[in-house]
Amino acid sequence: MTKLVYFAWVRERIGKPEEELEIPPNVVTVRDLLNHLKTLGEEYENALQYPEVIRVALNQEHVEHSEAIAGAREIGLFPPMTGG
Amino acid sequence: MPEAVISTIRVQTEDFELQAEVAALTAGRHDIGAVVSFSGLCRDEQGALSALELEHYPGMAEAEMRRIGGIAVERFSLLGLTAIHRYGKILPGENIVLVIAAAPHRQAAFDGANFVMDFLKTSAPFWKKEHAVDGTEGGWVSAKDADGEAQDKWR
Repeated sequence: MTKLVYFAWVRERIGKPEEELEIPPNVVTVRDLLNHLKTLGEEYENALQYPEVIRVALNQEHVEHSEAIAGAREIGLFPPMTGG
Repeated sequence: MPEAVISTIRVQTEDFELQAEVAALTAGRHDIGAVVSFSGLCRDEQGALSALELEHYPGMAEAEMRRIGGIAVERFSLLGLTAIHRYGKILPGENIVLVIAAAPHRQAAFDGANFVMDFLKTSAPFWKKEHAVDGTEGGWVSAKDADGEAQDKWR
């Protein structure tokens, strides 16, 4: 099981701040994961409609969508950041 | 030899005091010749905005601010750096963010503070949601292209 955490409008659209998910073995990269999540229901489809804008962190570090997710304990999904 | 670099990174709901933070950074130091501070405040957008709500990724927000701060200390040979970012509900006129950079000379202090702010905007996991004066949620603030361009100038 892998912990997924969601923030800002990704969290609101999916409808929960975090969850534990079993990730299928054919899901290798961040891009694969985003496409997989989109199949889990309307709320995921809505949140991840434009996967290229979603920012992803593995174990709380920013990664590109081409990165492999193997070994990640925590995967964060969120929109582009607007702090400061 | 310079004295140790003091680096203060905090993510908090409560307000901060600029004067107190500058004093803490420079106390007892005789090698610091320049201190530059930047404060980011909540604007009311010509009276339309009643509050901002700042969400953050606990743990990662601090880690990312520390990472950015470390790069700035190294690149500009800073003697001290403070970065404080608030989260939660913030009203117009209140503080959101504080960056203080200390160096032997002014250019490094200016550049260090500027660099940290540019990277904090695009890389530190914080998100702003607007609340309108009429009681409606104005929605999440969109990331600006200009912020990405501001970061790119440091390449």
